[in-house]
Amino acid sequence: MSRLHVPELICPAGSLPALKAAVDHGADAVYLGYRDDTNARNFAGLNFDRKAMLDGIAYAQSRQRKVLMAINTFAQPGRVADWQRAVDGAADLGVDAVILADVGLLDYASRRHPELRLHLSVQGSATSYEAVNFAHREFAVRRAVLPRVLTLAQVETVIRNTPVEIEVFGFGSLCVMNEGRCWLSSYATGESPNTVGACSPAKYVKWEKSPGEMSTRLNGILIDRFGDAEPAGYPTLCKGRFEVNGDTYYALEEPTSLNVLEVLPEIAAIGVAAIKVEGRQRSPAYVAQVTRTLRAALDELARNPDRFHVKPAWQSELARVSEGSQVTLGAYNRPWR
Amino acid sequence: MSQGFSIPRFQLPALLAALGSRLPQWPHSLALATGLNAAAKFGLLPDDSLALLEGRSFLVEVLDAGGQAHFTYRDGLFRPLWKAPEAPDLSFSANLSAFLQLLARQEDPDTLFFNRELSIVGDTELGLVIKNMLDAVELPQLPSLPAFRP
Repeated sequence: MSRLHVPELICPAGSLPALKAAVDHGADAVYLGYRDDTNARNFAGLNFDRKAMLDGIAYAQSRQRKVLMAINTFAQPGRVADWQRAVDGAADLGVDAVILADVGLLDYASRRHPELRLHLSVQGSATSYEAVNFAHREFAVRRAVLPRVLTLAQVETVIRNTPVEIEVFGFGSLCVMNEGRCWLSSYATGESPNTVGACSPAKYVKWEKSPGEMSTRLNGILIDRFGDAEPAGYPTLCKGRFEVNGDTYYALEEPTSLNVLEVLPEIAAIGVAAIKVEGRQRSPAYVAQVTRTLRAALDELARNPDRFHVKPAWQSELARVSEGSQVTLGAYNRPWR
Repeated sequence: MSQGFSIPRFQLPALLAALGSRLPQWPHSLALATGLNAAAKFGLLPDDSLALLEGRSFLVEVLDAGGQAHFTYRDGLFRPLWKAPEAPDLSFSANLSAFLQLLARQEDPDTLFFNRELSIVGDTELGLVIKNMLDAVELPQLPSLPAFRP
């Protein structure tokens, strides 16, 4: 076997301690965002103010790790300048790349800051090499993050037909994965990741306890009911149990997490440039646990590409932090096309 | 994140909860409010997040120890509430081991929540503000005395 290129490990940072946890536990790069609606994890109290941003960038870059700034929501009518300022700010701060979804913003960034490295966000919803190559031709995008709907064979087809580096998700909560095009949160609350930077914002969420069960409501809509011993998930419409034709079940998607450990050798072999961990909304403890585990797996793959096997300890550590305590390979190994 | 030492998952005997809940509850509230005020005084808690807590009432309930701490944040200080409000704006309940794991940054609140070891009732956004505020605190480093070096 020729020397295997091991993908970079890209980890989430919603706070300075989370960023440090990622760097200390072996992330090659961290991604983060401003404390506003220019990023798709705009939750109350989360993300970086200017001082934390400066400290975080210095902490990572002084240790030869990269910082990627997510400005991955869509500029809202009348406020385009806010998103342009966010890109200008990222360039001034000296981040290693910005992650953008909005075509207008990609155009702005490529003209105004030709030296700034651009990544196409998963929110940009590019699932084919034609879409990726369009972003490359028009905006000189250097890397694209693929939505979590493709099989490994489809990812490989994209990689073989584009000069753009390809990043895929490696671990984290799954949703319906209609990234950049999902309006379920807007349907329930009038707000969505694309518009305000948050899916199912907390102000619309109510957990109601009663003896023996807990109910979840999103803006008054009953999403799910859990028995006391039943694992819970995030309060989104896509993960609710609903009555359809007389049956009550997860009509759209079960609460579940992606975990690519088992297909790591294949992911490396087809030439994936980087794998990303979901979860800027999670705590430093999660970032440390997941980063440490994936670092160990990637290092093992680099040492032993032909005899790589998944250690039970890795799986149990990842299973523990998973939403719904389920781990699957997501779409990567599904037979459908 | 503790490296060498980790807090195991445990549950105190039921007898203790029965006993604990009969003891006066104000010492817990006072201790918690004092600790939070110390953190605020050292500038560990950001002002913009603290402002969102003004006038709100909180309950921290340690289920297996039978302890309850009621407090509020008013005029820049966390204050114990001597009389428990009928419905606090926000309640956290969990067993002692889960609270200790959270404090030591050994477990993530979402993990405990998914596994039903932590419950959050009331104003969910307020809960998120508090969670993110505590996550952003930079814990002091251990002093680099010879005894602490590996």
